[in-house]
Amino acid sequence: MDDLYREVIIDRYQNPRFRGELDPHDYSYQDDNPVCGDHVRIDLRVDESETVTEAKFSGDGCSISQASADLLVEKITGMKLEDVRKLGKADILEMLGIELGPVRLKCALLSLKVLKGGVYGLDDVMTLDELAAS
Amino acid sequence: MAASPKAGTLDVNKIRADFPILDVEVQPGVKLVYLDSGASSQKPVQVIEAMDRYYRHENSNIHRGVHTLAENATEAYEIARGKVAKFINAAKPREIVFTRNATEAVNLVAFSWGRANLKEGDLVVLTEMEHHANLVPWQMLAAEKGIRLEFIPVTEDGLLDMAALPDLLAQKPKLVGFTAMSNVLGTITPAAEIVRLAHEAGALALIDGAQSVPHMPTDVQALDVDFLVFSSHKMLGPTGLGVLYGKLALLEAMPPFLGGGDMIKRVELRSFTANEVPQKFEAGTPAIAEVIGLGAAVDYLNAVGMDAIAAHDHELTAYALERLEEVPGVRIFGPSADHKSSNASFTFEGAHPHDVAEILNRHGVATRAGHHCAMPLHNKFGIPSTTRASFYLYNTKQEIDQLVEALYKVKEIFG
Repeated sequence: MDDLYREVIIDRYQNPRFRGELDPHDYSYQDDNPVCGDHVRIDLRVDESETVTEAKFSGDGCSISQASADLLVEKITGMKLEDVRKLGKADILEMLGIELGPVRLKCALLSLKVLKGGVYGLDDVMTLDELAAS
Repeated sequence: MAASPKAGTLDVNKIRADFPILDVEVQPGVKLVYLDSGASSQKPVQVIEAMDRYYRHENSNIHRGVHTLAENATEAYEIARGKVAKFINAAKPREIVFTRNATEAVNLVAFSWGRANLKEGDLVVLTEMEHHANLVPWQMLAAEKGIRLEFIPVTEDGLLDMAALPDLLAQKPKLVGFTAMSNVLGTITPAAEIVRLAHEAGALALIDGAQSVPHMPTDVQALDVDFLVFSSHKMLGPTGLGVLYGKLALLEAMPPFLGGGDMIKRVELRSFTANEVPQKFEAGTPAIAEVIGLGAAVDYLNAVGMDAIAAHDHELTAYALERLEEVPGVRIFGPSADHKSSNASFTFEGAHPHDVAEILNRHGVATRAGHHCAMPLHNKFGIPSTTRASFYLYNTKQEIDQLVEALYKVKEIFG
């Protein structure tokens, strides 16, 4: 029907590949989007070389937030943490392949915020507004 | 006020002509279907023009000025206060305090009355269906003063569990605060009965009328309620303005809220004497244009007739429930049409409310998705959020049909 609800987004929303929790994990972080109550948690396992060996997401929310989390978790599996830290808004938009208005942009970026909260620690995390404007 | 037209006699086409925004195309070729009045109503030209006229011809600060504009502005501001008082049948215009919004009005009561009259261990009874505006100020007071909060439960079908009230009242609360119409479930609560029972138990009663005042006649003297809060922008008026009604004796006994200009009689370097009610609670320059706009909104509502508006909104709500029930996968929250008005909140199996609202928007249908500032209520029903369609005097059954048609498009996408 339209670009926002591309097949990949509906598919990832309805049949996520990486939904779950990792216990034990090396990194775990979760956060909410207060605008709509979307919730995402991401758990990571990394090896000695600081490479992500396994990643899972859990939570609930709209198709954009959940599909974005599923795709992001897939993307970072096998990545070095130093590269994960470099991921930005543009990477998320490229991954989703859609144009987003200001409200839905935050749905898409929630998983990135959570990921950064995990791998940077709380202090360095941008707010969703800052991420959206980045 | 002229005699109200009977139910079903609202001339909606004539009303719609007064609301220029209803002609807006939200996308090329897609006309707005505005089903979000529960969040904020649209404004008729009469309100827009009243504010425009003020800024073009009367703009000036109120009170103390002796020049013509200041006198005219002060008069217009106070005339509007009188209109608002009459609209809810307050005994005196002085019982109307203008605030920034209904939220600030609750905060005013919690801050001023609450701090002066409540001590550790005192009980305030609220309900599980409150908007955050009538929860968080009391939670803040609980953290500060150690007061206790208890809640009238909500039943599975979205009504207040009145059977639980006697036990709560037996604990001798100091105040019972509740919504007269739920912003999520549309539930019309038995306000007069709750006020009466609260008084019998020695408690004051506060009504959150943010949803009820725009949609049904309100008579504070008949209700005998102690405090009523409501919001200008949900009743055809401008944003940035709320109203606190309080019984005069209570307002007079309460300490000031914010300090500053206008709320004083006398100021010395280390002390002040507070002004009289209501100025005591209106520190600083108020929202003058907005108050005048609200006065025009009240005129408009009176001309249409609150009885007729209540009947119209109820009829639309009943129709919406009937139509929504036909759509496979839709689950509606709240009581049957007999006990509710003005909105319908629902979930759609397999599609998140945010996605539902987004797809409805593609078809011009403006609804709201989220927790509607009532997270505890959504938790109670085990859902994070709902999609809410809300109705007002300018809406039609045809627009509800458009909502339902658009919901079938959601089904196509999310299967």
